[in-house]
Amino acid sequence: MELTGAEILVHCLKDEGVEYVFGYPGGAVLYIYDALYQQQDVKHILVRHEQGATHAADGYARSTGKPGVVLVTSGPGATNAITGIATAYMDSIPMVIITGQVHTWAIGSDAFQEVDSVGITRPCVKHNFLVKDVKDLTATIKKAFYLATTGRPGPVVVDVPKDVTMQRAEYRYPEDIAIRSYNPVVKGHPGQIKKAVDLLLSAKRPMIYTGGGVIWSRAAESLTEFARSLGYPITNTLMGLGGYPATDRQFLGMLGMHGTYEANMAMHHCDVLIAIGARFDDRVVGKVEYFCPEAQIIHIDIDPSSISKSVKVHVPIVGDVDHVLKDMIRLLKEDLRKPDQTALAAWWDQISEWRAVNCLKYDRQSPLIKPQFVLEKLYEVTGGDAFITSDVGQHQMWAAQFYKFDKPYRWINSGGLGTMGFGLPAAMGAQLAHPNDVVACVTGEASIQMCIQELSTCRQYGLPIKIVNLNNRYMGMVRQWQEFFYEGRYAMSYMEALPDFVKLAEAYGHVGMSIEKPVDVEGALREAFKLKDRLVFLDFITDQTENVYPMIAQGKGHHEMHLSPERELA
Amino acid sequence: MRHIISILLENESGALSRVAGLFSARGYNIESLTVAPTEDPSLSRMTLVTRGSDDVIEQITKQLNKLVDVVKIMDLTEGPHLEREMMLIKLRAVGDGREELKRLVDIFRGHIIDVTASTYTVELTGTGDKLDAFIQAIGETKILETVRSGVSGIARGEKSLHL
Repeated sequence: MELTGAEILVHCLKDEGVEYVFGYPGGAVLYIYDALYQQQDVKHILVRHEQGATHAADGYARSTGKPGVVLVTSGPGATNAITGIATAYMDSIPMVIITGQVHTWAIGSDAFQEVDSVGITRPCVKHNFLVKDVKDLTATIKKAFYLATTGRPGPVVVDVPKDVTMQRAEYRYPEDIAIRSYNPVVKGHPGQIKKAVDLLLSAKRPMIYTGGGVIWSRAAESLTEFARSLGYPITNTLMGLGGYPATDRQFLGMLGMHGTYEANMAMHHCDVLIAIGARFDDRVVGKVEYFCPEAQIIHIDIDPSSISKSVKVHVPIVGDVDHVLKDMIRLLKEDLRKPDQTALAAWWDQISEWRAVNCLKYDRQSPLIKPQFVLEKLYEVTGGDAFITSDVGQHQMWAAQFYKFDKPYRWINSGGLGTMGFGLPAAMGAQLAHPNDVVACVTGEASIQMCIQELSTCRQYGLPIKIVNLNNRYMGMVRQWQEFFYEGRYAMSYMEALPDFVKLAEAYGHVGMSIEKPVDVEGALREAFKLKDRLVFLDFITDQTENVYPMIAQGKGHHEMHLSPERELA
Repeated sequence: MRHIISILLENESGALSRVAGLFSARGYNIESLTVAPTEDPSLSRMTLVTRGSDDVIEQITKQLNKLVDVVKIMDLTEGPHLEREMMLIKLRAVGDGREELKRLVDIFRGHIIDVTASTYTVELTGTGDKLDAFIQAIGETKILETVRSGVSGIARGEKSLHL
């Protein structure tokens, strides 16, 4: 069957099982849009800015485990998409981004809307391609999906010049594809796995630390079985939340800069640490010299370059997390040795003491709305089963601390890059993927304005997202650092002339609500979630002075963590 | 420590920029870099000289392996190996000095490959040290131009880097 390049592209997407393409048309991609227009299988979601398209595809991917797909035009279309591509790259999210390009004969001539998309995206993609011949298009798209979704996932850019979309070629989608230079390791080394099991069984004060790799390896079930069979305490990174049920008693909460006291103290004092699909990020580790000073460290990761990058580990295991965990579970079952129950009981006693500090405690008597209170109520009202997206800042940390995620794919936020503006478009992707589920975007008045234009997209596609805006009139996290480290000089972190968010929501055709008193929080949330087919913008006017605690200052160790000032331990 | 890393990579446009980009993005240094296609036209062979602690070199090799265009790599400095660099050097050669220069070129086993009434162009191959020594022996004032290829390396004996 001979088709045009544009038709081939759309057929490829269909054959990859792509449900939605998030995009924005422009000159270089008009043939592709024309081909999309003439079919029904692949649905196109028209965003209002290309950054929104990438975050929406990202939200779709994070809420489903499937790759997100983006289509943008050349030049500004591609450059606007960069922030979203870099966001996905930092958090290892599978995405395929198709960028239009000027005609092959015009490349390099500074043509209208020309930018070197392959060059400009190179440092923030897993791989990228420029398709110069229509005959290469099918194999390139196949490779793009293969690379994006296997090994350590990531975004892949395919740059397609306009004339390639006009030319004709035979179409047959390949069943599978091999790339000689790309063979991710799945199975872990048996000798290393055995060593890890020996070490785990010898532990007196063990600790399990897991990250986003558990989610992307679809290993939540295996992890739960593994942790329960050992009875060891477990903590998740910001990216790993939902990988282990947060309501389980073995779960110590998130670790790191704004992690719980018990998680960080357990990290500091453990004697055997197993890191699973986590990359020892600086916000998790703090000062490397102080990190887990007494621990023998086991690290499972599919990416060899993540191992011993910042923290030296003793037992590295390269492989797919789920695969390795299953091997370990099998070995543990066969093993006659059991964990040292006496030592473990003493360790849990110690952890209970740390837990009793109740590090997330906040002032419940305040006449002002405390942001933590809003999140507790959000958790209650949604029954803990919503898809929660967030932007970046204080609200993101409170959401991670107070919403207890029991399942993977429910917590969607920009961890690595920390991209403000991520939350709303990501919620669009999640809501499209899960039309019958509850999707809420936890945000702040600064972040939400970075992609506020997507309220219009939500209207067009009837997406009933609930926006929980924690409005403290400040860039809260910036203000917090200025309070702590810049002697209270709040340089440019206060937002004057904020819009009336209720009227703004209404202007876009949505429902807006403003909530100013703690007593109204729960009622407003219940009312909003009752409006099942409407987007509701809940503008919570919160306490401006609230800070995120506990906190480890940059460059400090886990044991140097601070609780809120009134509760600081002597 | 100085390491010579040999890389087989896809002979595709952009492959070189991925390697160069990786080094600049992650702050690794490149002392020299040479690249050309191999007997298999789908592959290029690159020799890259870099310096770093063992940890840094480990990260460099891991990060290189992660690049999709990189097919295979070998750290030549881990075993016995040969390294050579080629230099073309144009020298001011006038009067009595001409004979003296000719002798020096012979001592270093170089070849004069172009001659004018006032210049010699010399081809010299060897380790980087040897080329440095030649430059020093000639003295700065006589040098009009130098072109160095950067290091090419290969493992000794049976060991080889191929598909």
